[in-house]
Amino acid sequence: MSEQPLFKVTIDNITIEVPAGTTILNAARKIGGEIAPPAMCYYSKLEGSGGKCRTCLVEVSKGSEKDPRPMPKLVASCRTTVMDGMEVKNITSEKVVDARNGIVEFLLLNHPLDCPVCDQAGECHLQDLSYNHGKAGTRYEFQRRTFKKHDLGEHIQLHMTRCILCYRCVFTADQLTQKREHGVLDRGDHAEIATFIEKNLDNEFIGNVIDVCPVGALTDKTFRFKNRVWFLKPMNAHRNCPTCSGKVTLWNRGDEVYRVTARKDQWGEVEEWICNTCRFDTKNASEWVIEGPREIDRHSVISQGHYAGNIGTNKPTETFAAVNDGRQPQLLMDIHSVSDVNKPGNTLNKLNGPAHSNNFNNNHD
Amino acid sequence: MQALTKRKKEVSRKPMSFMESLYIPAILKGMGITFRHIFTKNPTIRYPEQKRPFSPVFRGLHVLNRDEAGRERCTACGLCAVACPAEAITMEAAERVKGEESKYREEKYAAKYEINMLRCIFCGLCEDACPKDAIYLSETVAPANFTRKGFIYGKEDLLIPNRNVELEEYAEAIGESRRRKY
Repeated sequence: MSEQPLFKVTIDNITIEVPAGTTILNAARKIGGEIAPPAMCYYSKLEGSGGKCRTCLVEVSKGSEKDPRPMPKLVASCRTTVMDGMEVKNITSEKVVDARNGIVEFLLLNHPLDCPVCDQAGECHLQDLSYNHGKAGTRYEFQRRTFKKHDLGEHIQLHMTRCILCYRCVFTADQLTQKREHGVLDRGDHAEIATFIEKNLDNEFIGNVIDVCPVGALTDKTFRFKNRVWFLKPMNAHRNCPTCSGKVTLWNRGDEVYRVTARKDQWGEVEEWICNTCRFDTKNASEWVIEGPREIDRHSVISQGHYAGNIGTNKPTETFAAVNDGRQPQLLMDIHSVSDVNKPGNTLNKLNGPAHSNNFNNNHD
Repeated sequence: MQALTKRKKEVSRKPMSFMESLYIPAILKGMGITFRHIFTKNPTIRYPEQKRPFSPVFRGLHVLNRDEAGRERCTACGLCAVACPAEAITMEAAERVKGEESKYREEKYAAKYEINMLRCIFCGLCEDACPKDAIYLSETVAPANFTRKGFIYGKEDLLIPNRNVELEEYAEAIGESRRRKY
């Protein structure tokens, strides 16, 4: 059987034909928009991911053409494959919306909600999810879970309290690297991401766990506390890299490269994995070929301050000197002569880790 | 053209009568108005000694707050800067190291925090945006200055004195605002 049969599936009253074996989630993503259920643990590029977070629950109101009975319970759409004639309700079903609100409440039970400190804020899937489904308050009355701190080396920062145990980073390490060094230890409430004996994660592709992490549990230590993502300019760039494709997103402020990440598609999934050298060690703008500003969803906070086209990347030519016989404009005040912040010679992005108080002692006014 | 108000008066171009050309009745009338004001209440106040009460929603100079233990509340989350319509706020964050726990409330803090008072429009959106109750607009009017340089307010200008250590400065900061209020 070389040709796969096409199955007709109706999701939220929109009918689409997909090959057999497609999951409901992927069929919904083909339709796109609001109909695609949110997914915190499923990652289409990682084999075996999904089925853990339960945010993608949908109601199947008609099992298939042959067996039209509805499924008795809500099903995880990332793990359920479509049947011919299946009818699925996602946002049109009250049960699903209600269940999803409950799931978000559970995910946030132990979440510290330290978004003002967290580097993921602004591009965090849990933040988006709780913004759409969460309640303003919590009903939880107990101490939130805390963990012993683990050091994962000089590149990756682990904040176990923020983790929702989606296992994406475990799959990434399994499928991208030769030998997985971290995993989920212990059970139940004590389950945590860690290395068994304090060990650095130093595989060439291990930096991708930062990109797959839907929350701020795994963040880039070389970018830690340097800037907020919404003040940076995401730019498509590439370089000739011997180990990976070299196609990345640079997060610039002016011409300074603050952070390098892989390019992410509309579902927040990495398009092409990048290596650690690209991600952590190439932070000079001269090492990259900049293609242009990255398209950002205009509802995202990252799009604040970014304008359409190449505004902000193409610098306008200074015309004052040209029309005034080479005289430079007399500035009333150069802000850098007074301000301590964002000094032109400041090399905050060149620091290997987060800035500390001793990094600021020398340039105090 | 239709008049916008009913107070419109046509200008009279008639030649003045004898009484009018004497001017004295008109002068006396004007002087009468002037003298009447001697006995009315004086609206001016002696400003530096006397101050008018501020409205409760008055928004003046910013204050960076501390918590009860005297630790800085600001974590440099950048929400004030992103909320600021005038783009007056800039900051640089740093990580707290061991031994600084009594100075900063969270593991991240604002190593540099600046408000450009030339740009600030005192709208108070930073106060609204702050998730940590760190920035407040006080009842102090931003003072004038002869140069532009004096309008870049750094952390040393904005931060409220530590109530447990700098007792006098703190009392003064609180007392000042109390006196202005009433």
